[in-house]
Amino acid sequence: MATETTFRGPRTRSERSRRLLIHLGLIAFGLVMLYPLLWMLSSSFKPTAEIFREPGLVPQNFTPGNYTEGWTALQHPFHHYLLNSAVVVAGSIIGNLVGCSMAAYAFARLEFRGKRLFFAVMLATIMLPIHVVIVPQYILFAELGWINTFYPLIVPKLLATDGFFIFLMVQFIRGLPKDLDEAARIDGCGHVRIFCRIILPLSMPALATTAIFTFIWTWNDFFSQLIFLTSPDMYTVPVALRTFVDSSSQTSWGPLFAMSVVALGPVFGFFLAGQRYLVKGIATTGIK
Amino acid sequence: MALLQRRPRTDPAPSPAPPAGRAGTGGRGRVRRENLAAYGFLAPWFVGLVFITAGPLLASLYFSFTDYSLIGDHEVVGLANYERMLTDTRLHSALKVTFVYVFVSVPLQLALALALALVLDRGVRGLALYRSVYYLPSLLGGSVAVAILWRQVFGAEGLINQVLGFFGIQGEGWVSHPDYALGTLIVLNVWTFGAPMVIFLAGLRQIPAMYHEAAAVDGAGPVRRFWHITVPMLTPIIFFNLVLQIINAFQTFTQAFIVSGGTGGPSDSTLFYTLYLYQRGFGAFDMGYASAMAWLLLMIIGGFTAVNFLASKFWVFYGD
Repeated sequence: MATETTFRGPRTRSERSRRLLIHLGLIAFGLVMLYPLLWMLSSSFKPTAEIFREPGLVPQNFTPGNYTEGWTALQHPFHHYLLNSAVVVAGSIIGNLVGCSMAAYAFARLEFRGKRLFFAVMLATIMLPIHVVIVPQYILFAELGWINTFYPLIVPKLLATDGFFIFLMVQFIRGLPKDLDEAARIDGCGHVRIFCRIILPLSMPALATTAIFTFIWTWNDFFSQLIFLTSPDMYTVPVALRTFVDSSSQTSWGPLFAMSVVALGPVFGFFLAGQRYLVKGIATTGIK
Repeated sequence: MALLQRRPRTDPAPSPAPPAGRAGTGGRGRVRRENLAAYGFLAPWFVGLVFITAGPLLASLYFSFTDYSLIGDHEVVGLANYERMLTDTRLHSALKVTFVYVFVSVPLQLALALALALVLDRGVRGLALYRSVYYLPSLLGGSVAVAILWRQVFGAEGLINQVLGFFGIQGEGWVSHPDYALGTLIVLNVWTFGAPMVIFLAGLRQIPAMYHEAAAVDGAGPVRRFWHITVPMLTPIIFFNLVLQIINAFQTFTQAFIVSGGTGGPSDSTLFYTLYLYQRGFGAFDMGYASAMAWLLLMIIGGFTAVNFLASKFWVFYGD
């Protein structure tokens, strides 16, 4: 029996059973929420006929066959698409880290003509829906001969067009003590060295948040990959899954589920590894 | 200029311009140098602004007054695209579907997010675990894989109907029924309540405990404390979530595309605005019309955001 008295009052028997009820409610709700995901995982090991019969989580006839079948069901083996996605994601992460941190340094630490205006413009671009700019972008990239390459997906990141991350880093850099830059400047450091040797190393949490969110968003992104990648050679995982679901009949749901699980795996992995940054990132900037 | 100064690292080596000389150039030299450095750091962003964001934004306004199929030249047609919108019944159903989706799913999603944040904020042990579990769908909800899952779960022989079958209920094929297909996507959006919930939790932490203590001493019960302390103090966060989720919801594409196989069916019941825009622009290569649609979307989102901000004066409480 806990005897200490907190603001919430002494922990009586009824108080404890109330807490237990809350926990039971939260656990039950969590299970209902996660059930479809868990069921998809378990169903990926069921023969397809069983998927449409068995709402339970335990496969009656456990089979890894869906994975081998799904892996080779499309024009290319599935690792081809995984690799393509990995290239796009890696390029996007590098692009966002470089482009956005440079812009953020200027906004957070330097004084220059037009700063307030440009900062306002940058904030406004955060709200700009991609659908509004996609047509001219497509025309531009078509002129450059970039359709069906990864450039339209990666180059914009390098050009710091994800204003969210600039904003995130500006907020972070503003919180760093200015004495360090001043000291470095007195010692004769230029802005490039202050940026590379002082600001960037201290901004690791913000950079990590940027990298994790870029990973998840790019990995899940469907709209722009659907538009810019036109041949199966260049397909990323989401676009490949889409052709899979369009071509599949009732009989291939098992392999389809298996490849969907493969597609969700990396996001789940990053979620587990980067939770701390994710929660902090959402809480401070409200990004999804 | 500053960018050119990058040299291999030569740690404490003196820089070519000694600090004394730099100080001697006075304020104006320093201001100029800082200007140049800033524009150097912003150079990629400027290029992106011209070619990727603001430039294309203006270009699409121009294209909205043209007839352009990507092949051959475009032809300026004045307001023809906008006039066409008035009689385009598919556009009207796309608008209706999108509005229903936004104004049903966002309030439900935020209410659920707030309710759970309130429960979790009461010092529940294992908060971090619950928070993670509830947040997970927000990360996965926009993916093609989850949309595929949804298509099965709400299909004629899907998980939902298997469960209903236990109770002897014969369910519909939810995703293939024009009356219910949109509902399944609303459920999907409500399912991703975790992100706003995390923001609510952070906001609840900001409310000083002493307000609650003082009110409790004065005899206010939990219900009154909720309405007179928690809600007013939380209004900025509610407002923030509302603006953000409305903007997000207007742009929903992937789920509708996958669940309907790209058609927006059955009978246009999941023809989201962005999906119709995609069909016009990248199915029919009707780029002029797609651009006009893009600008209408911008106007709608901008309009709702502006109304939100204006209305916020009457219900959002910013302290003092």
